[in-house]
Amino acid sequence: MENLQLVLPEIFLSLSIMFLLIFGVFKKNSSRLVQSLSLAVLIVTAVITFNETIGINETKLFNNSIIIDYLSSLMRIITLLAAFLVLIVSSNYLKTFQIFKIEYPILILSSVLGMMIMINSNDLIVFYMGLELQSLALYVLATFNRDEIKSSEAGLKYFVLSALSSGLLLYGCSLIYGFTGSTNFDVIASQLNSDVYALTFGIVFVLVGLAFKISAVPFHMWAPDVYEGSPTSVTLFFTMVPKIAALTVFIRFLYVPFLNLIDQWQTILIFLSIASMLFGAIAAIGQTNLKRLVAYSSIGHVGYALAGVTAGTNDGIQSSIIYIIIYVLMNLGLFSCLLMLKRNNQYYEKIEDLSGLSKNHPMLAISLLIILFSLAGIPPLAGFFAKFYVFKAVIEQSMYFLAIVGLLSTVVAAFYYLRLIKIMYFDKEKEKYDTDHGFWLKFSLTASTLLILIYFIFPSQLIEVVSRINII
Amino acid sequence: MNFPILSSLILLPSIGALFLFFTRGNKKNNFTTKYVALFTSAVNFFLSIYLWILFDPSTSNFQFVEERIWIEDFINYKVGVDGISILFILLTTFITPLCIISVNNSIKERLSEFLIAVLIMESFMIGVFCSLDLVIFYLFFEAGLIPMFLIIGIWGGARRVYSAFKFFLYTLLGSVLMLVAIITIYWLNGTTDVVELYNSGIDIKYQNLLWLAFFSSFAVKTPMWPVHTWLPDAHVEAPTAGSVLLAAILLKMAGYGFIRFSLGLFPTASEIFTPLIYTLSVIAIIFTSFIALMQEDMKKLIAYSSVAHMGYVTLGIFTIQQQGIEGSIIQMISHGLVSAALFLCVGVVYDRMHSRLINTYGGIVSIIPKYSILFMLFTLAALGLPGTSGFVGEFLILMGAFKDNFLVAVIASIGVIIGAAYMLWLYKRVVFGKLVNTNLRQMFDLNRSELFILSCLAVPTLFFGFYPDPLINTIEVSISDLINQYNFKLASQI
Repeated sequence: MENLQLVLPEIFLSLSIMFLLIFGVFKKNSSRLVQSLSLAVLIVTAVITFNETIGINETKLFNNSIIIDYLSSLMRIITLLAAFLVLIVSSNYLKTFQIFKIEYPILILSSVLGMMIMINSNDLIVFYMGLELQSLALYVLATFNRDEIKSSEAGLKYFVLSALSSGLLLYGCSLIYGFTGSTNFDVIASQLNSDVYALTFGIVFVLVGLAFKISAVPFHMWAPDVYEGSPTSVTLFFTMVPKIAALTVFIRFLYVPFLNLIDQWQTILIFLSIASMLFGAIAAIGQTNLKRLVAYSSIGHVGYALAGVTAGTNDGIQSSIIYIIIYVLMNLGLFSCLLMLKRNNQYYEKIEDLSGLSKNHPMLAISLLIILFSLAGIPPLAGFFAKFYVFKAVIEQSMYFLAIVGLLSTVVAAFYYLRLIKIMYFDKEKEKYDTDHGFWLKFSLTASTLLILIYFIFPSQLIEVVSRINII
Repeated sequence: MNFPILSSLILLPSIGALFLFFTRGNKKNNFTTKYVALFTSAVNFFLSIYLWILFDPSTSNFQFVEERIWIEDFINYKVGVDGISILFILLTTFITPLCIISVNNSIKERLSEFLIAVLIMESFMIGVFCSLDLVIFYLFFEAGLIPMFLIIGIWGGARRVYSAFKFFLYTLLGSVLMLVAIITIYWLNGTTDVVELYNSGIDIKYQNLLWLAFFSSFAVKTPMWPVHTWLPDAHVEAPTAGSVLLAAILLKMAGYGFIRFSLGLFPTASEIFTPLIYTLSVIAIIFTSFIALMQEDMKKLIAYSSVAHMGYVTLGIFTIQQQGIEGSIIQMISHGLVSAALFLCVGVVYDRMHSRLINTYGGIVSIIPKYSILFMLFTLAALGLPGTSGFVGEFLILMGAFKDNFLVAVIASIGVIIGAAYMLWLYKRVVFGKLVNTNLRQMFDLNRSELFILSCLAVPTLFFGFYPDPLINTIEVSISDLINQYNFKLASQI
């Protein structure tokens, strides 16, 4: 076990979770301390991941059931950083609802642990374990505001539907195991026989489970309700972090064991991608609640990220990872804005609450303007480049239909982003919102806006970071 | 030439805008805000004049080229000008300061934000005209939507939301196909560098589809019939300065794109689709002229006349004759000056009477004579009276058209007559006739800044009408080289 230091991040994180849990239980009123410690844990884990695993060659541990390569290291670091950002912006919100408890950061840490295991997995069982760990933590997080009926409803809904999809996924795993004789990705790859249709069924079932986790159409139904009902800070977590992990698994699952069956799954993925892009764009138009709107918009964005995966090339994978990174950044900014719409200890989340924001809060409005145009994919903002790379990868594979449908749905999507801008800039102003936001909230909004805005000056850096991903 | 003059031209307005952004918020500052913006754009204008002086018109090569690695192994930031693009840069830097002066009367609130939008717009538009890489071009081309959307939406008239959305979505829809085409070109040729693409040519199999994808974007932006409907709405609702920018510069991006990309990159496809362009152009000229005849709103009338004028431009471009393309460019420059002036003229009376309807006015010649004289000059320029720049453009276009296709040229010439009809009728109804509406008596004549702006526009209109040589000298070599290249590629089937 000379390679144990490669899983040091996971070991450290699990020990920290246990320690924090015990610490939080025995020391009264320690939520603030636990929060700070959790932040430190996340950072330390990210640093360990960076030190121990970036730059090493592909290594497999524990009977080849865990894989450490550049993809997994990078995605783990991104997951950790995203979770860190979610934690730092959520404290004010939680305090307002008096749910600033020790469980919140600990649950987030546990789900992050689950995601890290998912990202590392090279085996169906390990992957499933990670998935369930993160899901269980997420169910509780969704109901975290337990006095609120909508929050409980969201949690229950998420639990029931997620359990169903986990069942499907597990069934798919068992089919794959049955026809290849192993749960290990490498063994599966060597045992592939494309004539066996049941194997294709297995892939489809697993894909359904995964599509559910990243809320791709037609497995998206839970997303709007859960996003709306959960506390906003948890919604932020939902829209960002699990998607990073699930996308990685998507890539790993399709490209390691089943690359030779690309003809079989590519069509399914193209369908998922097109359906998500179109549905996300069209369904968002009628929304009046900002969180529901974000839910639909995130469905659309998942479609674009999947479009990169369909390409079947390293370029495609890299482009969808760039997409998800930029998407995380934009979402962080968007939710920072949502978390600032607060007046007299009440948060506002209707679209018309944005009305005339540009007069009362010009800086907030201009940040939101930049973020929304970026989400719509208008150059020269970061969101444009995200789409640009994805479609470049797609067109290189001559998938023009996907590219054209995708780009046309950006036009439809532009409509509802513009509607928000219209409400902010063209409509009459309402009462002012509070301006005493925490430092971290302001920081995350400013930082994400600036990064989105000046991304076009340094586009190469991000490409350089992901260009080392090479799993085919 | 080490000084990066083109990048400076692009960046300077943005820096000015950034400066305004950080100094805004103080309501008393409106005065200084305006002067900062004016100063920035004026410096930019003189810089572009300097560029014109340094420009060597005897070669068709790109000059002042700057190239920097932007995305490794993929896209280089590359800018440069040749005879075709330099005049558009001059037009942009010339119109923007005039726009900024004109905001005095029309923009009452959020002045600094408006000026920021205008300056950023200027940056993007200069970027469009000098970028020598398709992706960079697309970036600037699309980015211009953001400030224009805000200009129409925030400072526009009653139906501003509808118009802003229509403008944005129409042009976005047109452009996304161009993005697909650009990526396809990258995939085919491994580069998006325009100069390299000129040399290597594009596979003939793909040209038609690529041409159509570019066309969808440029046709919306030009705008050509039948996708022109966003233009009247956008013009009517936009504030005066916004209309001026839209008519004078934004529409020219598409004409420029046709020359630079459609002709330059896809000669075979251009040859195939020339009848399509001819048909649409002729319909635009005749049909929208008739529509213009029936308008009751002055701004709408001028907007439709813009569509007709752009019809001449597209017609001229696709004649692939020296005169035709020269005429198109001069027509675009002239339309930039004249339509800007006409929108400003409408703005002048609108600021006083708050009505754009033609029947509000009538008989104002005796009340505001200075205005009437200048308005007449621009009316005549718009209908292409000899001695104005409008004539030079139209005449050259028709000459080119007669060489290429007699029938089209004849129909287009008829359009000139209808054009004269609606412009003169507009002028007659607004300026002459009996003074019925007694409120008009309170109108005062042009103030200093209005007089200054309109004179600034009148001088080049007349000057280039009598002496178009400076313009023609600048563009001549580039165009003849473009046509040679075009014919060469066509003959050798690249």
